[in-house]
Amino acid sequence: MTSQPSFMERWVRVRAMIRKESLQILRDPSSLAIAIVLPVLLLLIFGYGVSLDARHVPIAVVQESRTPASEGFVAGLRQSPWFVPRSYPDIHSAVAALRRQDVEGILWLRENFGRSIESFRTHGAHVVVDGVDDNTARLVEGYLTNTWETWIGFRNLRGRALSFQPVNLDVRIWFNPDSRSRDFLVPGLIAVIMTLIGALLTSMIIAREWERGTLESLFSTPVTIGEILIGKFIPYFLLGMAGMGVSVIMGHFLFEVPLRGTLLVLTITSALFLTTALGMGLVISTISKNQFVAGQIAIVFTFLPAFILSGFIFDIHSMPLFIRVITHIIPASYYVTILQSVFLAGDIPGVIIPNAIALFFFSLFLFTLLVRISRKRII
Amino acid sequence: MAADSPPRDPAIALRNIVRTFRSPRGVIRALDDVSFDVAPGTITGLIGPDGAGKTTLLRILAGILGSDSGQARILGFDPSTEAPALQRHLGYMPQKFGLYEDLTVAENLDLHADLHGVPEDRREELYAPLLSMTALGPFRARLAGKLSGGMKQKLGVACSLVHAPPLLLLDEPTVGVDPVSRRELWEILTRQVRDKNTTLLVSTAYMDEASRFDRVVILYNGKILGEGRPEDLILEAQGHVFHVVVPAWSPRKLEPFLARVPGILDAVGEEDGVRIVVEETAPPPFPGELAQARTGAVSPRFEDAFMQRLAHGAPGERRKAPSSPENLGWENKRTGLTDGAKEESIVIRDLTRYFGSFCAVNHLTFSVRRGEIFGLLGANGAGKTTTFRMLSGLLLPTSGELRIDGQDVLSSEVARIRGRLGYMSQKFSLYSQLTVRQNLTFFTSAYGMGGRRQRDRIAEIEEFFELTPYRDESAGLLPLGFRQRLALAASVAHEPSILLLDEPTSGVDPVARREFWRTISQLSLWGVSVLVTTHFMTEAEYCDRVAIMAQGRLLTLGSPAEIKGQARTPECPTPTLEDAFIGLLEKVPPAEASA
Repeated sequence: MTSQPSFMERWVRVRAMIRKESLQILRDPSSLAIAIVLPVLLLLIFGYGVSLDARHVPIAVVQESRTPASEGFVAGLRQSPWFVPRSYPDIHSAVAALRRQDVEGILWLRENFGRSIESFRTHGAHVVVDGVDDNTARLVEGYLTNTWETWIGFRNLRGRALSFQPVNLDVRIWFNPDSRSRDFLVPGLIAVIMTLIGALLTSMIIAREWERGTLESLFSTPVTIGEILIGKFIPYFLLGMAGMGVSVIMGHFLFEVPLRGTLLVLTITSALFLTTALGMGLVISTISKNQFVAGQIAIVFTFLPAFILSGFIFDIHSMPLFIRVITHIIPASYYVTILQSVFLAGDIPGVIIPNAIALFFFSLFLFTLLVRISRKRII
Repeated sequence: MAADSPPRDPAIALRNIVRTFRSPRGVIRALDDVSFDVAPGTITGLIGPDGAGKTTLLRILAGILGSDSGQARILGFDPSTEAPALQRHLGYMPQKFGLYEDLTVAENLDLHADLHGVPEDRREELYAPLLSMTALGPFRARLAGKLSGGMKQKLGVACSLVHAPPLLLLDEPTVGVDPVSRRELWEILTRQVRDKNTTLLVSTAYMDEASRFDRVVILYNGKILGEGRPEDLILEAQGHVFHVVVPAWSPRKLEPFLARVPGILDAVGEEDGVRIVVEETAPPPFPGELAQARTGAVSPRFEDAFMQRLAHGAPGERRKAPSSPENLGWENKRTGLTDGAKEESIVIRDLTRYFGSFCAVNHLTFSVRRGEIFGLLGANGAGKTTTFRMLSGLLLPTSGELRIDGQDVLSSEVARIRGRLGYMSQKFSLYSQLTVRQNLTFFTSAYGMGGRRQRDRIAEIEEFFELTPYRDESAGLLPLGFRQRLALAASVAHEPSILLLDEPTSGVDPVARREFWRTISQLSLWGVSVLVTTHFMTEAEYCDRVAIMAQGRLLTLGSPAEIKGQARTPECPTPTLEDAFIGLLEKVPPAEASA
């Protein structure tokens, strides 16, 4: 009748909890769906469906008079990977095509195009873009400008005319040289997926035990609250790491996202973030005894911020100051920064270490809170 | 058995336990100065209706809920400070059994064995008797969620016994379980106490289980209403219980009448008369109409003693039965009938329903007469709920005929038939955030009532069910008995001619149950046909006729007296309805247990 349990007893109980939790995960189609099917689905949608860059954009070209200069520029356009130029006889038919959304923009080369280039006047070319999709519109505008500058530079090199551009812009995009949105979407998505598994799935599991009355039964046995929490933490931690593994493999091999850092750094920082996410999930489920409420809280306080405010889709630096301050209390924003560095730039200690320390303090805070608020008591 | 054994330290000793809860209605004293002892090796029953404080008390004893004040020692431990040590020696089964439905029988047992530190090499030896006792041996690999209600309950008990604890606490293990499973469970528990000298504390809302206990503690509104050996408690009612028969008065008409007579503490309609519990040792003088009454003393039951204690111990708690002479508008309807009318309001012929290859209802044939109270009894999974669903048009039969008030349910418009039906489910189906009046307004509107007629009807219904003082309270905050009354009110507000009641009285206290049945009797006297399912065999006695079902088939049909008559044997000359029920079900070949 010793009242101080031995290590062996504790281990047997923790093992029993882990085994029970793992069996439940394996037998519950919805938890496997959230952990494995949902990440694959999200990656496919974001990898294939959502693309923030413009490629093969159909564009209307109207040449009011065919000159060598205008023909040369259109040929340059045709060679660029971004545009598929289509010729229209006049501006009216081009506008009609724009309205039908056959084309995303119009390049209108006026009658004086050839002369204006020779005489350094700049009113010979007009660009009309479809402002409905603001993002594409900006891209079309940007790429057209880029093509224009390339073409002018090319002309100048051949010495046919004096450059009317005293400063020659040489645009080079670092860390994502192809400007592929996938390359920064996929790492960001990993943060979202791990939040989903860590916080959303975990937030429901204790609430579910409250609802079904099984926690009451557990509480009446010698198992301690710490053992219950460890028993829940470990299987869901492994599940989360598996979800991350699937995402990294798909991202790297299917979407050809580079991995410039090391796997070790990726694994350690991911484990740190997953611990934070699990901490959030466990805290939520301890507070709420109802699966529906727990799920709602998890979505509003963990999943949506990870989606919107982590810098995964929307750049934090272009947010208003107030929102930028808020992003500092969102663990996912630190993790997204780490991920983007590991995938696109490499293991940069100056980026990874401070962000990893932030994640460490988040998880320390959450688990301290968890230990303080969870008691082996009904109510 | 406790009386003869030498005095030992009690397994449970409670002194002045108080526990309060805050609720929107104010502070509730869930336990109010509770003190009692439980001797080791005995079975003690904690008897009381829902909300009496039984669960709160058991949780405190299990060390998973704190008390506000008072001392408790369980197996020598203080549950508020020594819970970890206590829980090593404790078996506890919460309501709903606390099983993991997605784990198998064996996995559930293993989990509890691991958590209690039962060594691996002793498990087989501990499991074997548990599995044979519960007959769960062949189902070790089956998921707990796929077991029948009775088997889940046995598995729950087996899980709490896996470490052979000296003390077992069970919270309403027999609620919602059919009589056969209840009897089997009691055999298991009695054997456990006898063979292993386990101490057992069981809570229950069933008064008729009192005889199973060595001692009972009656809990009501958080207070102890009585404590002692059940025989002694029953003896207190000796000489206060009588049987009353008035020629030309049906028990159903007589019962509410007697209940209003001063000096009568309780009145229950029986098949051939009314059983009354009176204040003095002789019945009080009856009013003039009852001059011809014949009364005879009968031996008391536990429930009589309970009602007597309740009347004495909790003054002001008793509510008068609603016996308002208002007729709620039924009299003018076509449903009104003269005595002796035998019109059939529900006709079921060869009704069959398959779910895949599983036959839930198998060639069922019976009919319910106008104004009749018809009981549908059967174990869990016998097909009662499926039959109800088909009657209300929620489920189509595979084959067979179904007529309501002469109209074919299958060919006519379901909506029109539904207007004739009132349905009250076990879970009451009320909107807990809405007030009493809003609920009634919603349900009457759903049946197409509106304007002045609706307002009048709601006022009338509130008056009849005595809900007027509560009409602005949220339904969810009402005590269970009131919620039940509101659910009944909502189901009859649209003046149905047929009432379907699916286990309407689960868990409500005996006082509320009597009121409920009085109302039902009244409705039936006005010509409403009532089809009711119940697990309470004493309630089945209120019915004019009962049908007993098993595995989708009808086993027998008749008045309670006829069914009891069929069960008469030399060993059991005066069988109860429960004996008859169990006897019939035991003859049915055991079916594969599945949902």
